[in-house]
Amino acid sequence: MSGLIITALVVLVFIVIYQIAKASELATILRGDEKKVKGQTNRLMAWLMVAFFVLGMIGIYKCHVELMDKMLPESASVQGDNYDSMLFVTLVMTGIVFFVTQILLFYFIFRYQSTENRKAFFYSHNNKLEILWTTVPALALVVLVVIGLKNWFTMTDIAPKDSLVVEIVGKQFNWIIRYPGPDGVFGKRDYRLTNDATNVLGLDWNDPASKDDIIIENGEMHIIDKRNVQLVINSRDVIHDVGLPHFRMKMDAVPGITTTMWFTPKFTTEEMKAKTKNPNFVYEISCDQMCGKGHYSMRGTVIVQTAAEFKEWIGKQPAYYAGQQKAAAPAPAAEGAAPAADTTKAAPATVASTH
Amino acid sequence: MDHKVIAKQYLITGIIWAIVGALFSVFFRLQLGFPEDTFPVMEKFLGHWAKGGKLTPEFYYALVTMHGTILVFFVLTAGLSGTFSNFLIPLQIGARDMASPFMNMLSYWFFFISSIIMFASLFVQTGPAAGGWTTYPPLSALKEASIGSGVGMDLWLIAMALFVVSQLLAGLNYITTILNMRVKGMKMTRMPLTIWALFFTAVLGVLSFPVLLSGFVLLIFDRHAGTSFYLSEIFIGGKALPHIGGSAILYQHLFWFLGHPEVYIVMLPGMGMASEILSTHSRKPIFGYLAMIISLTGITVLAFVVWAHHMFVTGMSPFLGGIFVLLTLLIAIPSAIKVFNWLTTIWRGNLKFTVPMMFALGFVSLFISGGLTGIFLGNSALDIHLHDTYFVIAHFHLVMGVSAFFGMFAGIYHWFPKMFGRFMNNTLGYIHFFVTLAGAYLIFWPMHYEGFAGMPRRYYDYSAWESFKQFGTLNAFISVVVIVVFFTQLLFVFNFFVSIFKGRKVTSLNPWGSTTLEWTTAIHPGHGNWEGDIPEVHRWPYDFKDDGNGNDFVPQTVPLKPGEEAH
Repeated sequence: MSGLIITALVVLVFIVIYQIAKASELATILRGDEKKVKGQTNRLMAWLMVAFFVLGMIGIYKCHVELMDKMLPESASVQGDNYDSMLFVTLVMTGIVFFVTQILLFYFIFRYQSTENRKAFFYSHNNKLEILWTTVPALALVVLVVIGLKNWFTMTDIAPKDSLVVEIVGKQFNWIIRYPGPDGVFGKRDYRLTNDATNVLGLDWNDPASKDDIIIENGEMHIIDKRNVQLVINSRDVIHDVGLPHFRMKMDAVPGITTTMWFTPKFTTEEMKAKTKNPNFVYEISCDQMCGKGHYSMRGTVIVQTAAEFKEWIGKQPAYYAGQQKAAAPAPAAEGAAPAADTTKAAPATVASTH
Repeated sequence: MDHKVIAKQYLITGIIWAIVGALFSVFFRLQLGFPEDTFPVMEKFLGHWAKGGKLTPEFYYALVTMHGTILVFFVLTAGLSGTFSNFLIPLQIGARDMASPFMNMLSYWFFFISSIIMFASLFVQTGPAAGGWTTYPPLSALKEASIGSGVGMDLWLIAMALFVVSQLLAGLNYITTILNMRVKGMKMTRMPLTIWALFFTAVLGVLSFPVLLSGFVLLIFDRHAGTSFYLSEIFIGGKALPHIGGSAILYQHLFWFLGHPEVYIVMLPGMGMASEILSTHSRKPIFGYLAMIISLTGITVLAFVVWAHHMFVTGMSPFLGGIFVLLTLLIAIPSAIKVFNWLTTIWRGNLKFTVPMMFALGFVSLFISGGLTGIFLGNSALDIHLHDTYFVIAHFHLVMGVSAFFGMFAGIYHWFPKMFGRFMNNTLGYIHFFVTLAGAYLIFWPMHYEGFAGMPRRYYDYSAWESFKQFGTLNAFISVVVIVVFFTQLLFVFNFFVSIFKGRKVTSLNPWGSTTLEWTTAIHPGHGNWEGDIPEVHRWPYDFKDDGNGNDFVPQTVPLKPGEEAH
């Protein structure tokens, strides 16, 4: 009922506004001074556009002041520094174009508003001008493309050999992290061996390399400060995306297709807490590809540590196989069934040892 | 079967869809702006999807998906080019109707059936499609992945398939009509830019919609016939699926092969109408008529070879990515040419700030603001961090959302007198203009900042995120502006419908002092448009110069004076 009343009220208000607007328009026509009123309206609109422009510029400034301290802190990866400088160059270049064209637009609106004596200037084309504003943007774009491609090919290049390799797998709705363990080799995976109780990534226990793999199920990825890290990215179900805003990095996780990205972290989490003066600071992994109802809660974290801290941490992590052995001991049947299944066919897309 | 009637059918269907689509955005903005609060009014509209006035995440995603689908396809494709292609092509080229009026009618009714099915999908038990308007598989292919990927998704696919049929019927008709049915003297180089723009829009649609349809057919097969075009190695709902060897990325290629041209299908009609309106209301010829046609051609050709810039972070070959960067940024050149030509058109003009003129000027401003950010996203290295953040939302809403809408509004206000023989109310038009323009900037400008901060799009709630929760107040602010703008659009709709019956009557044939053919018809043109012969065309459409009788324009139908040079 209240909905009905509100709707009725809105309609009523509209009718009132419409009637007033219509009456005033009719009145001017009846008075016979339509032309004069048109002139007045025209002038009013020109001034309103100027007001809009001025307020808009103030708004842009205010918005900038208001939001700047809410932006991301300094880039936390070496690659991110290049990113930020490229972003800055692009911002300056497009910013100049933005202000010049908008100023011209609103200036022309005010300057050439219709007045009684104004006559439009018949000016239909000028090839020199057309050439000018074809070539100038083209040249500016060449600059941007060159910078862009240089960065693009560096960022997407093959990861350096000495990188720490970590696998990250997306599933609805969290991230699973895997380390290759002491042997430095990831064990084979076969998605058909997956089960949520004892083998979340479908590791093939027949592959000796899989026995010492470490799996972190809570989406907490530990990496080493100033050491290149290569992420091997997979998905268990739908498309996800590993988004690392602090490192200016992002890559899709696609079921059936392995993707990778690499970067070099610059600051440990602790250093970042000091830098941002925020004791709660944490590097977050956001899912950036719509993946279902829990998409917004698919949060992982990255802990950047010194080499010594990392060594100590990883030393404490049990191998996933051992952990599951213990858990599954009372029910050996489930565990025995898994390895048997994979002998039927070679796994089509296992994560090969990533070196 | 009269093209003018079909145009009005498209327009009114489009308006109804626009209200639905906009209302959805109000609902999900309430959630985004005020994640802690409840809004009992939502329960009235959405029932169990908003129990106690709080949206469920499932339905939040359904709303986002339907908002995109409705506005991109049903409003800005069918509602925009459907309306103005139908209305303007015969009137401006001097034809009595479309090449095939029957096909034209079929196109509307296919669109209508498609609309009914899409609308029905809102009411099924499991809700409408909820995988985003791009409906990427596997999410959209597996009902285990999302509740919206059940019946809702099937209805979505059927509706979209019918929609493609409607667009193809319409597009072929537009192209044929423009190429074959121009009146004597209406050379291609004498056509108004609206017609050129609508022509290229139709070409884009005819060449790219079939690819989308093929993508949808494969998706239907994957959903129901057990094929594995898009599916591979999936473990979901506690079991491993048998699909192996498909590629989820294949769908994205097929989708964006339409999806990118689609952006220009949405954009070009607005560009054409803005050109026409800026020139008419500046009492000055469009600057660089030929350059405008060439840049439209350039945009059309390039539109087909840039689709993969939506996929820079899918793990595609970096080399291929490089090529797409190059091609994508090339599009900035014809776009820049158009902006400079519009600016030069109003330079030293005699600007009459009628309501359509205001919207055309707003179109230029928004197109600049939204277009420039495309240079960020088209450059793959920059796209990495900005991809799928609010920066993208800000970019495409400004450039193909709001500015396309401004083109559409300009067109509606400008041709309303021709459609209905009455004027829309000016005062309401001005209110509509200023609130919408200011609202658009207030909503989308700050979103660029959120995007720079890496805030991902399509999130239901940001409050648990250390990196994004600081934008809470901003989100609330944006949501309030959205509500104000929404009610202003209702004011427009009100103005539109009331003016059809009560608006001030048009008393002269050519109220705007326009040069083009549609204003040589009667105030209420009947079937066949012209009562007698169709007038012959003698000159280009932008002869805004002294005609010797105190008028500042020379209609296309006036023969050249002795010694006068044709443009």
